[in-house]
Amino acid sequence: MLRIENLTVEIAGKRVLGGVNLEVPKGEIHVLLGPNGSGKTSLITSILGFPSCHILSGNIRFNGTDITTMPTDERVKLGIGVAFQNPPQIRGVKLGDVLRHLTKGKIDEVKLAGTTNIPVDFFGRDLNLGFSGGELKRTEILQLLAQRPDFAIFDEPDSGVDVENLEVIGKAINEFLKNRSGLLITHLGHILRYLKVDKAHVMFYGTIACSGKPTNIINRIMKKGYKWCERCPKVKKLR
Amino acid sequence: MPKGKKTTLKAIEKPAAFGPDLDVEAFKRETSYWPACKISTLPRDIAQRALSVGISTEEKERAGTYFQIDHSAILQTIRETFSGKAEIMSTKKALKKYRWAKEYWWEIVDANTDKFTALAKLKWDQGYFIRVLEGQKITIPLQACLFISKDNFNQNVHNLIIAEPNSEAQIITGCTVHPNVQSGLHVGISEFYVQKNAKLTFTMIHNWAQNFNVRPRTAALVDDDATFVSNYMCMKPVKSLQMYPVAYCKGANSRVRFNTILHGNQNSHLDVGSKVVLQGKGSRGEIITRAIASDNAQINARGLLVGEHEDSKAHLECRGLLLSDEAYIHAIPELVGNVKGTELSHEAAVGKIAEEQIQYLMARGFSQTEAESLIIRGFMDINIFGLPDALKRDVKRMIDATFGGAL
Ligand SMILES: Nc1ncnc2c1ncn2[C@@H]1O[C@H](COP(=O)(O)OP(=O)(O)O)[C@@H](O)[C@H]1O
Ligand SMILES: [Mg+2]
Repeated sequence: MLRIENLTVEIAGKRVLGGVNLEVPKGEIHVLLGPNGSGKTSLITSILGFPSCHILSGNIRFNGTDITTMPTDERVKLGIGVAFQNPPQIRGVKLGDVLRHLTKGKIDEVKLAGTTNIPVDFFGRDLNLGFSGGELKRTEILQLLAQRPDFAIFDEPDSGVDVENLEVIGKAINEFLKNRSGLLITHLGHILRYLKVDKAHVMFYGTIACSGKPTNIINRIMKKGYKWCERCPKVKKLR
Repeated sequence: MPKGKKTTLKAIEKPAAFGPDLDVEAFKRETSYWPACKISTLPRDIAQRALSVGISTEEKERAGTYFQIDHSAILQTIRETFSGKAEIMSTKKALKKYRWAKEYWWEIVDANTDKFTALAKLKWDQGYFIRVLEGQKITIPLQACLFISKDNFNQNVHNLIIAEPNSEAQIITGCTVHPNVQSGLHVGISEFYVQKNAKLTFTMIHNWAQNFNVRPRTAALVDDDATFVSNYMCMKPVKSLQMYPVAYCKGANSRVRFNTILHGNQNSHLDVGSKVVLQGKGSRGEIITRAIASDNAQINARGLLVGEHEDSKAHLECRGLLLSDEAYIHAIPELVGNVKGTELSHEAAVGKIAEEQIQYLMARGFSQTEAESLIIRGFMDINIFGLPDALKRDVKRMIDATFGGAL
C-alpha cells in the first residue's frame, strides 16, 4: 500500500532523513519506534509532501502511484490521513466546521466525538487553541476518524495522555484500524497495550535501523529503553 | 470650547492630524433635490447598494429608517409599534423641533478640530437624529443610510444620537454610493450620548468607491452604568478613509467596546483607530481590531486607551493579516495612564498566513485556496464581537462574499 524507497530529505538545510526504506502492505498495521529527534515526524511530513521537506533522493509510492512530488491535498484524496503530534493553533477556525467538512454529512460527528471523549461544546472552539495535551491528541484522532482515510498515520497519539484517556484512544484507534492499513508512531509504546500490530520498525538518525516482529522489539525497548538499541551494531554503524 | 464662526473659518485650512490631506474645495456641492419616498419604492440600484451596507428594505425588519441621498432626507419614519418609544428624523428637523437638542450639538466633537469638522459646520447637509426614549427597549434595529448619488460630490452630515436613561437599542448605519460614483468626499460628524443605564449598540458599515474619500468624526459620552458598543466594518476599496472615534467613559461603571473589521484592498489607504478615555469609577473599555491588507493597501490601525480614574481598566487587541507583499499594516496601540490603579493592556500582531496552518488544513483534504479562505474567515471571526443574531448573519454573509463562500 505504502512503499518508500531510499528516501533522503532535508528540512531547513538539515538532513533529517537518510535513505529510508519502508513498506506497509495493504491490511497491515506497522509501528514506528524511535528516540526523540530520530526523524519520525519528518518521515510523516515527507509522506504528506509538505513543501518544507526537500526530497534529495528516493521515492514514495501509494497504491502503486508515485506520489513523491504530488501536492498534499491530492495525496490526502488518494486516502492518506494523519493525526498530528503537534498540530498548529488556528484562530477562528472551528473544530466543528472542519469535522463537518470531513464527514460530508455521511457520519454523525457528535457520536464520533463521544468515542474519543470530546464534549460537543468543543465543536465551537478554535482549532487547537487552549487545548490541553490530551485534548489535542483526542481531537486529532477525532478528525482522522471523521476523515476515514484508507491509510491512517498516528504520530505519537499516546504522548502526554492520562491512563483513562489512553484506554479511550487505544480502543478508538483499534476499532478504526479494523479493515484498514496504518502506521502508528509511538515513543513510549503505551498505546500498544490496546492494539495488535503486524510489524515494528525502529528509527535512528533519520533512517530505519531495524524492522521485525513487533513483540520482540517492543518488549526489549519497553524494558531497556533506546539505550539498548544504541548498543546494537546496526545502530552503531549509522552514527 | 470655542464655537465662533471665525475660528471655524480658520480651521477650514487645518489639515487633519492623521490621514492624507485633501483639498475640500475640489468637490461639487450642487445637486438636485430628492423627493421623499417609501423604502419599498427606492430605485433598484440604490436599494441594492443600501443592502450591501446592512440596510434592509423590508420594513418589518427594522424599527425605523432614516435615508438620506446627497443633501435630501428622503425617508424618516418610525414603525407604528415603536412610535413614542424612539424617534428618527433629520438633524435639521430635530434642532427645529427641540430647543434642548442644541445642548448636544457640537458638544463633544469640536468644530475646530480640523478642516473636515469645520467643513461640516460651515456646509452642513442634514444627517440623522435618533432618540431612544427613557426606559424604552427597542427590540429590532433602527437603521440609517447615508447615500451619495453623484460623482465627485461632497456630503457633510452631522448625526446626533441620544439613548435616554434605561433605554436599549441597536442602530445600523450604512454609508455608500451609487455604482456610477467613483470619487467624492463624505464627512460625517456623529455625537452619541448614552445616558444612565442605557445600552446602545451601533454598527456602521461602509462601502465606498475606488477614488472616494471619507472622514468621519465621532465622539460618544457614556454615563453611569451605561454601555456603548460600536462596530465598524469596511471591506471594499476606498481612496482614503481616516477616522479616530473617541468614547468618554464618564459615568461610574460605564462600558465601551469598539470592534473594527477592515479589509484594505486595491490602493486603499485606511487610517482607522479607536480611543477610549476612562474617567468614571469602575469604567471599562475594550478595543478589538481585525485588519486584512491585500493588493497595495496601506493600513494604519490605531488604538488609544487613556486611564484617568484609579479604578478603571481597558484592553486593546489588534491583529493584522497581510495577504500581499505590496500591502502594509502599521498597528499603533497606545496606552496612557494618568493615575495609579488604572489597568491598561494591549496585544498586537501583524503577519501573513502561517504556512504551517495551510499545510495542516491541506493534510485534512482542503485545497490550498479552501485552506486560505478558511483561515482568513477565521481571522475575521465575528463571534468575538458579540453582535445581535440578525446582524451577525448579515456581516458573516459579507465576509463570506469577500473571502470565499461557506464550506
Ligand atoms: N523545521 C525544522 N527546522 C529545523 N530542524 C528540524 C525541522 N523539523 C525537524 N527538524 C529536525 O529534524 C530532526 C528530526 O525531527 P523529528 O522528525 O521531529 O523527530 P521525531 O519525530 O523522531 O522526534 C530533529 O533534529 C529536528 O530538530
Ligand atoms: Mg515527532
